[in-house]
Amino acid sequence: MNVSRRIVLHFPPNMTGQPVVCHLVKDFGLTFNIIKASISPGQEGLLILELSGERKNYDKGIKYLAETGIEIQSLSQDVVRDEARCTHCGACVTICPTEAFALEPKTRKVLFDHNKCVVCGLCVKACPPRAMILYL
Amino acid sequence: MAKTIAEINERIRKGKAVVVTAEEVVDIARAKGVSKAAEEIDVVTTGTFGPMCGSGAFLNVGHSKPRIKLGGGKVYLNDVPVYTGIAAVDVFLGATAIPDDDPRNKFYPGEFNYGGGYVIQELVAGKDIILTASAYGTDCYPRKKLETLINIRDINEAILFNVRNAYQNYSVAVNLSDKVRYTYMGVLKPNLGNANYSTAGQLSPLFNDPYYKTIGVGTRIFLGGGAGYVAWHGTQHNPTALRADNGVPRRGAGTLAVIGDLKQMKPEWLVGTSMLGYGCTLTVGIGVPIPILSEETLHYTIVSDADILAPIVDYSEAYPQREPDILGEVSYAELKSGNIRVRDKDVPTASLSSYPKAVEIANILKKWIETGEFLLTEPVAPLPGVESGITFKALKERPIS
Repeated sequence: MNVSRRIVLHFPPNMTGQPVVCHLVKDFGLTFNIIKASISPGQEGLLILELSGERKNYDKGIKYLAETGIEIQSLSQDVVRDEARCTHCGACVTICPTEAFALEPKTRKVLFDHNKCVVCGLCVKACPPRAMILYL
Repeated sequence: MAKTIAEINERIRKGKAVVVTAEEVVDIARAKGVSKAAEEIDVVTTGTFGPMCGSGAFLNVGHSKPRIKLGGGKVYLNDVPVYTGIAAVDVFLGATAIPDDDPRNKFYPGEFNYGGGYVIQELVAGKDIILTASAYGTDCYPRKKLETLINIRDINEAILFNVRNAYQNYSVAVNLSDKVRYTYMGVLKPNLGNANYSTAGQLSPLFNDPYYKTIGVGTRIFLGGGAGYVAWHGTQHNPTALRADNGVPRRGAGTLAVIGDLKQMKPEWLVGTSMLGYGCTLTVGIGVPIPILSEETLHYTIVSDADILAPIVDYSEAYPQREPDILGEVSYAELKSGNIRVRDKDVPTASLSSYPKAVEIANILKKWIETGEFLLTEPVAPLPGVESGITFKALKERPIS
């Protein structure tokens, strides 16, 4: 059985130099699609992947990632906006790595495209009125 | 053609006043000319809705039986400490106060999910608030402990009193370092990853009356969804800041201290706010009406985003070290385009102040005036202007011998 899931990988600074994704392909036969990558040598990195392959291999791949010390966040979660708390300030717009927030040009209201959201959770803590809620 | 506030109020009472927002006035003046527009328009309404840390509320909670002297004791509202160094049952709830057991930045960056701003919003929303107090006990105030629910409906007074709001211009915050910076201007990504600004630009009250010719002590305003007043010039009021030829400050300049009855306000216009790694605050809605007394007052209200410049400041080094360096200036039109150019790099911009809500405030105030329920007041004293020579002083540290 094949699985395909979106995951967020948080790299500690000492891990950003390592070819982790290459191992996923070579050792476990998985395929990947990079949705967002923000990795610089010696700094904390963020990688959002759609990872696909045989179920058994997928699980082994995830186990390998966990053993490297990379923090894995599954995207079987959901981020929703509390419309009553959102003030449409726009602080989230530049925080979101997948551009799920955009300003409606005429009204300058903040539009939230749920389909673009990869549930990384960065907006949840960066939202000043705490209008973004992460459901686990 | 000079008009007086009394004449404008007469037209408001008759439901004949012509009221437009600071956004609408730009096109009207362009189409009709300043002179004709000044003749026709009576009031221009402004608005702003952003995090304003200089906010808080005085509460008189009433006397328990037997009595307790909260003054000089310790009092918490929903675990948030309040200032008690005043009379027996008066307390001051500051917007930035946080619970004693909040981890702060021990787990960096701290989340600061609850604080004084949130308590103010819940109070205004009519929610019960838990008051816990300990006091030292006196002959006339014997009680030493108190735990009770309080509600804004039942307490004597709830007065919003903000010592610094509605900043006339503000810096654009960027981060030149290679680490994320968590600031009161939001999360700043490394290496000029983003630029955050925080004013409503052309709609902001003090941009529309740059020399404080109509706004003064006693000016009635929209405050937190109710009616409030300008109480004084705000703290750090700096009328002598660098100004452009149109009179508009190019740096942080004037500020307002405002006051109003919290019981009449609304929770959607006083919103508890958290800045990651920095702390808690309150997002406040303010709208100031500008009476069009002359061509000159109208002329100031037609300022638009392209005419207002803000300085770009590095919050990784220059700001914390109080260095005066700026990385350049940008207009609010550029900021609102979504990208600015800093050190030859395209930097995406975001706002901490809500423009759609500022528009809503200017429109609510417009409606209040049009329907005759909100009359203008004559200021009882002017705010200190350029001629006052007042400047924003830094702290000069002196050794304690």
